[in-house]
Amino acid sequence: MKRILIAGLAGSLVLLAGCGEKQQVIVYKQGQYQGKPDKQPWDNAQFKNDKVAWEKAIKARTDGQNEYTRTTN
Amino acid sequence: MARMKFLCDAERCIECNGCVTACKQEHEVPWGVNRRRVVTLNDGLPGEKSISVACMHCSDAPCMAVCPVDCFYKTSEGVVLHDKDLCIGCGYCFYACPFGAPQFPQDGAFGLRGKMDKCTFCAGGPEADNSAAEFKKYGRNRLAEGKLPACAEMCSTKALLGGDGDVVADIYRNRVLRRGKGSEVWGWGTAYGKPDKGATPPTGAKS
Repeated sequence: MKRILIAGLAGSLVLLAGCGEKQQVIVYKQGQYQGKPDKQPWDNAQFKNDKVAWEKAIKARTDGQNEYTRTTN
Repeated sequence: MARMKFLCDAERCIECNGCVTACKQEHEVPWGVNRRRVVTLNDGLPGEKSISVACMHCSDAPCMAVCPVDCFYKTSEGVVLHDKDLCIGCGYCFYACPFGAPQFPQDGAFGLRGKMDKCTFCAGGPEADNSAAEFKKYGRNRLAEGKLPACAEMCSTKALLGGDGDVVADIYRNRVLRRGKGSEVWGWGTAYGKPDKGATPPTGAKS
């Protein structure tokens, strides 16, 4: 009898847990980004979190736009 | 690294729309959405000027300031991006932007206004780099591949420059100093060479 009572109480506790109030609205913080975080462009398999290597690659591409240096060098 | 910036040289732009096409193709941008476009002033008149316009990734971006759901963020390279999952398509950013960069798809039922879409400087968005979800929402992430935006790299006359603002400014400054002004920029001397640079006067008897 005692076991049934304990089991019944435990079961009711489990059922009541589902009635808990959960925040369903986003709490906005004024002036702050609310979306998902984004990774850095060098944080991937290609650059293996090597910021210097990424900057080097971007600099080479940017310098490549200068046709004066492309034709004279 | 400084901030990522675009610079369009109006003296060089020939209104070929290569940048527009490159952007469309690279990101599979839907019909009716133009992340980049070419604007021509005094079209058809002598001295017309064209310039390629997209999101300028402003240092103090007005779109970020007016967004009611704060879905904009700025990366460490100064690229202004947004989270499409949060965007409510209100259009405030479109009214605030002086360049008309924010675009809204019009292809749904009753011409409904969807989530805002704009130039990402080919930097994707807040999804895993080069994932299917990122491509679908924001297009290709070329920056994570160590590449510059497709529009700037595709520009045939190199009128549109993109990349580190300091380097881009140096390229443009060097270009302006070398090419001079007036007919030196675009005229007879440029096309056929100047007389003091190897051009020999024609000789022979007149027929």
